[in-house]
Amino acid sequence: MFILRFLNDQLLKMQWLHELVWSLVENVFGLDVSTRLGGSIHFFIYDIIKIFILLTVLIYLVSYIQSYFPPERTRAILGRFRGITGNTLGALLGTITPFCSCSSIPLFIGFTSAGLPLGVTFSFLLSSPFVDLASMILLASIFNWKIAIVYVVVGVLLAIVGGTIISKMQLEQYVAPFVFHQEISDFEKETTMTRRERMAYAWDQVTDIVKRIWIYIVIGVAIGAAIHNWIPAEMISALLGQDKWYSVLLATAIGIPMYADIFGALPIAEALVYKGVGVGTVLGFMMAVTAISPPSLIMLNQVVKSRLMAVFVTVVIVGIIIIGYVLNGFNAWLL
Amino acid sequence: MDIKILGTGCGRCEKLEKEVINALAEMDVAADVKKVKDIREIMSYKIMSTPALVVNGKVKVAGKVPKRQEIKKYIQEELA
Repeated sequence: MFILRFLNDQLLKMQWLHELVWSLVENVFGLDVSTRLGGSIHFFIYDIIKIFILLTVLIYLVSYIQSYFPPERTRAILGRFRGITGNTLGALLGTITPFCSCSSIPLFIGFTSAGLPLGVTFSFLLSSPFVDLASMILLASIFNWKIAIVYVVVGVLLAIVGGTIISKMQLEQYVAPFVFHQEISDFEKETTMTRRERMAYAWDQVTDIVKRIWIYIVIGVAIGAAIHNWIPAEMISALLGQDKWYSVLLATAIGIPMYADIFGALPIAEALVYKGVGVGTVLGFMMAVTAISPPSLIMLNQVVKSRLMAVFVTVVIVGIIIIGYVLNGFNAWLL
Repeated sequence: MDIKILGTGCGRCEKLEKEVINALAEMDVAADVKKVKDIREIMSYKIMSTPALVVNGKVKVAGKVPKRQEIKKYIQEELA
């Protein structure tokens, strides 16, 4: 137990870094960490370094695993299953297949043309942006393992239930007809990659993703530091406090138009939880930020009619709000 | 030589285009570079991830931005 706790505190929570930055702020900058300015500088430096270290390691590992599941292969695996099993598998494969939102349409077309039920494809599209191994580990680092596991479980559940609802509603007529007849070539060249090639691929993913999202992280941490030290707790709890019935609704509404990566949303979530906002409210906010991203919706709209889009968005929003309220009920247990 | 960059207009497609133009310049090869944003035309190459690089009608890479050295190799293949 002692060794496990040591690993958890030092590797995951990076207490060594917390102390290192603490002494940097106090001794080099000459600022008291208990003051506003010192506190927010500490939060900013510590969080940025921690998130970038974890991100690099995690994207590397996830991409390495991902190199075994190119989209063509995922499509072949999913094509063998129907019904709830298909939805479950779609949601689970979505967690290990993070993809650029610019690939969501070709993926959608590829899956649908392979005869995959619409619901299974949507289960995959739903879980892909907001549940993955990297976000689970980061949640464990910033909060704890309980919250991390609950986040993944409810996220996968939402993807399964959302996809199943879309299946049951039989919305195939709202998909552009050409999508069903699109041919996809079956080259599975990724499966023949050597270990060295997979490592190179994983490293490419790291540099590519970090280049793309670093700005969101810096902005996210800056907002987090501001909430942490400059915005009075009374103000936050008046808006998002546990006792306010509208807190989850408000947090979801704020999160939907925000387009950021989950890693940018995390430091904001961290600061909000410190200010006493319910875990359900905060996770609802994070899910709203990541699950619904305007750019990928606009692209999806090219092949899917507005009616189906509306169903998709409604299912996601209602799901997030329910999750938020339910988890708020378990707030004390989660923290 | 006929080169097409397939992608719905995300940042990575822009990057691929820039890399291709630089590779062509360094190799001193003339080519007709065209960006394809129409989803049906993109899908006519039967790919499932973008950005993708098509040289003389053949899909060379899909789903990533290859290194400039790699791009040069693909162009070289079509020159020979």
